[in-house]
Amino acid sequence: MSQKNRIAQGGRIDRQQLLRFSFDGRELSGYAGDTLASALLANDVQLVGRSFKYHRPRGIFSAGAEEPNALVQLGEGAYCEPNIRATQLELYQGLAATSQNRWPNLRFDIAAINSFISRLIPAGFYYKTFMWPASWWMTYEHWIRKTAGLGKSPSQPDPDRYEQRHAHCDVLVVGAGPAGLAAALVAGRAGARVILADEQSEFGGALLSGEKDIDGAPATKWASDVQQELAQNDQVTLLRRTTVTGYFDYNYLVALERITDHEPSGTDPHLPRQRLWKIRAKQVVLATGAIERPLVFADNDRPGVMLASAARTYIKRYAVLPASSLVVFTNNDSAYQTALDVKECGAQVSIVDIRTNPKGELIDRAQHENIMIYRGCAVTGVNYRGRLRSVEVMRLYEDGSAVSKSSKTNIECGVVATSGGWTPTVHLHSQARGSLAFNERIAAFVPGEGVRINPHLSVGACNGIFELSRCLKDGLDAGSTAAKAAGFGSVSIPVPRVDDAVQGDLRTLWAIPCKHPIGRGRKKHFHELHNDATVEDLYLAVREGFGAVEHLKRYTTTGMGTDQGKTSNLNALGVLSEIRGEPLQAIGTTTFRPPYTPLTFGAVVGQNRRDLFLQKRKTPMHPWHDQNGAIYEDVGDWKRPRFFPQGGEDMDAAVQRECKAVREKVGILDASTLGKIDLQGKDCAWLLNMVYTNAWSKLEIGRCRYGLMLNEHGMVFDDGVTTRIDENHYHMTTTTGGAARVLTWLEEWLQTEWPEKEVYCTSVTEQWAVAAINGPAARELLSELTDIPLDSDHFPFMSMQKCTVAGVPARVFRISFTGELAFEINVPAHYGLYVWEQLIEHGRKHGICPYGTEGMHVLRAEKGFIIVGQDTDGSVTPFDLGMDWIVSKKKEDFIGRRSLSRSDTAKPGRKQLVGLLTEDPQVVLPEGTHIVAEVKDRPPMPTLGHVTSSYMSPNLGRSIAMALVYDGQNRMGQQLNLKLMDGRVVKAAVADPVFYDKEGARARG
Amino acid sequence: MFLINCPWCGQREQAEFSCHGQAHIVRPKNPNDLSDEQWGDYVFFRDNPKGIHYERWVHVHGCRRWFNAVRNTVTDELLVTYKPSESAPELEN
Repeated sequence: MSQKNRIAQGGRIDRQQLLRFSFDGRELSGYAGDTLASALLANDVQLVGRSFKYHRPRGIFSAGAEEPNALVQLGEGAYCEPNIRATQLELYQGLAATSQNRWPNLRFDIAAINSFISRLIPAGFYYKTFMWPASWWMTYEHWIRKTAGLGKSPSQPDPDRYEQRHAHCDVLVVGAGPAGLAAALVAGRAGARVILADEQSEFGGALLSGEKDIDGAPATKWASDVQQELAQNDQVTLLRRTTVTGYFDYNYLVALERITDHEPSGTDPHLPRQRLWKIRAKQVVLATGAIERPLVFADNDRPGVMLASAARTYIKRYAVLPASSLVVFTNNDSAYQTALDVKECGAQVSIVDIRTNPKGELIDRAQHENIMIYRGCAVTGVNYRGRLRSVEVMRLYEDGSAVSKSSKTNIECGVVATSGGWTPTVHLHSQARGSLAFNERIAAFVPGEGVRINPHLSVGACNGIFELSRCLKDGLDAGSTAAKAAGFGSVSIPVPRVDDAVQGDLRTLWAIPCKHPIGRGRKKHFHELHNDATVEDLYLAVREGFGAVEHLKRYTTTGMGTDQGKTSNLNALGVLSEIRGEPLQAIGTTTFRPPYTPLTFGAVVGQNRRDLFLQKRKTPMHPWHDQNGAIYEDVGDWKRPRFFPQGGEDMDAAVQRECKAVREKVGILDASTLGKIDLQGKDCAWLLNMVYTNAWSKLEIGRCRYGLMLNEHGMVFDDGVTTRIDENHYHMTTTTGGAARVLTWLEEWLQTEWPEKEVYCTSVTEQWAVAAINGPAARELLSELTDIPLDSDHFPFMSMQKCTVAGVPARVFRISFTGELAFEINVPAHYGLYVWEQLIEHGRKHGICPYGTEGMHVLRAEKGFIIVGQDTDGSVTPFDLGMDWIVSKKKEDFIGRRSLSRSDTAKPGRKQLVGLLTEDPQVVLPEGTHIVAEVKDRPPMPTLGHVTSSYMSPNLGRSIAMALVYDGQNRMGQQLNLKLMDGRVVKAAVADPVFYDKEGARARG
Repeated sequence: MFLINCPWCGQREQAEFSCHGQAHIVRPKNPNDLSDEQWGDYVFFRDNPKGIHYERWVHVHGCRRWFNAVRNTVTDELLVTYKPSESAPELEN
């Protein structure tokens, strides 16, 4: 098996478990414990992708979450997923990955032509080029969309399962490197509920890639001892493969746990793929480490150029030597360790250091190992032909402004391991609205002040502390402080003994010069690999006036890739600070926003999909509706039957039949969804007088009254019938959609404005099932199922009787929304289906016809009854509706009353509700159609109003409509023009909106 | 996301609550004596302060009771909550 670059021994891989995988169809193998990246490097695969804009060949750049290049497409069909970081993808048996952003293949990519025409497509190219002509935009868009993006997104629904979990803890520790482990250890010993989360499969962080000693034993032993203790503490939750992606206010953090992503799909069907944790923590300890940043030199994007720390991780953790000869290019001491590790493997290594006189223990050791060190020199170019061959090195001028061309040397190497220093991972601190301070010593931003509502501490490398001994101390201190702040006693653990090498200072040089000035010649300095942004682009952006950080980001797309600029942002800011001649503290950073690394939509949605996405409310009669072929309509969360088609009827035919049956025989409607509020207390009548426009003081027990509710603006906001059940007991009904709103409305007034009033409001919508029987035969039908007399003397219109219906205790309301003789039978919900079935059964001989909401709408429109929210829109007063009769002239006050006399509300000529009758009785106007003052060929045409309700009326044998029309009440009889969407003009006459039984005799009969 | 101290129930997630705007807006006792402008002030006009803001909240998916809260609109910090019967605490920006 050829894993050519695999080191014979060591690493944290399991050589007993050979894993086969494929990349671009090529069969390869690796070991358990590998990532896709380490396995590819082990197989000497350097070229893994093509860059976003110029389609340049790219290789593996890092060994972690910061990876900008090695993004692969994984899986197929519904399981496919783009932009997976190969550096974080754990290898499993049968893994199949492909490269992205290349056609026809990775080695030969047609679009690589972009690299040669790069001068024509600088930063801001899109904004400048696709401005005109405007009509070409559709063409541009098509082309841009085709070229945009890297991978392919799946086109089928996600077949995986995801979970969400809420958790609370005293101390959340983010990151299980040395500092995080230390913090969790102390907090755990103090007795706090601790959650420790780390994005990797193994705890240990940087300890996994090194061979430091802690207390005289390998650091990994210390790490595993700590884990063992934590695992035995039942107050501690350990979350591996879990990335804390977002830090929100009041210490609310979101973390993504990848549960089965490291296994072939379907390994354990009982497990979800990922779990989203929503954590409320009293205290947070951030131990998120630091990310190495590269030096920005000419053609620094070539495959084979990688971070020095990554090279080290591949060697130490994965036992992969990325090439047989390396050049380490650095401005600081830490990369010397990489050189020493390479040397230990017996490979060729030399160091190019931009510092003229580096000093420190690691430098001494490198010298002792006879590693060649080019001091005061820089890599000024790379020789890439199919793979990295050599680098060009020149001596730097003392001020770093240029290089001496005569000093050119070439060094053969397969990998350049580069280090420009370390950038603390301050993302979460910054998301928590913590400030940042620029630290000159490490040339990076470190956490500054936090805000009170998000109590947290940053420790270790993310706090700018890079020495292991200090990281451990920092972690122990923070764990203790956090536990104490969460209310636990203090525990003291001695700081473990570590010998840290004393390190020298780094030298800051944001862009490394080469023989041409930056931007000239063919070489490119990429400060941002993911989106192909160059140092030249930064100069261009500033020249063109986009020098503020947030502008610069959008203009050059720096930091806008899926990696969010983890390796590039600081270098961009550094260059910007040089161009603008201002210190970095003054330049500032762009805003750090969640998520830290991308998370799947599946995890965000969790279980809330399909049937669980939105609650479906069903009435007790729903099973009958199902059996009888109801077609449903969503009203709020309710499923309401819209109509009951028979024998292949379409909606129109069914509704016409249903509406006729109601007027001629008897129809039955499931009205259970109507909002119902039980009001009790001695001040009920007072409250009703305040919330309705009409008078309620004299309503007798057992009588019903219709009411309009206004908001304080004087606009209609709900309507319904309220019935006096007893002296201090009322039953209020609301619209189906307004039930919750009205209850809240009443409660708010009672609790905040009139707390001295005694009214108890209880929602009883779901306690009562309601069957409304409407039509001439309604009385006869009901009489078969009840004992009480139903004639108008004993049971008049607008009254209520308690009785039994089909043996079930009921409240029957003689109220009507169709204008027919009607009874609304309310029974306890559990009897709803039974009573409904009894009514249907006994109704058969009367020709009973179930009807739905569509029929209900037609029937009420025939009567000119409004539907709040359809015929009103929040800008309509009772007067606009022509309902002056319902506004009490005697009452001194009710909600909205004063607004009715405001100059604008009281002015004549407002939009008013009227009926419309089309000239051609067969034309049904589309709802929403505008009435135009003047017919023109094309808009704009001044509007006179719009159609709110429109139907074909079976009982009138013609179409009817209602509309809100300016000064409508003074336009009775006028012919108006309506312009339809298809261009036709329809004429209609303004009419009284009550089209049927104007006297209202039928309902009273 | 806020962790809100409902004066009736204790600390709960923000998802259980909804905000109903500025607190301590008292409905005029004599609407008919007010000019259009005075009435308009009550109906339409609300403060939009930078800093301390007194708000009315309801524990809508909980006890369904109203209370008042003081929030700093700059830091988005909920400083204190209190029952409607209690007077507004004096807080400085």
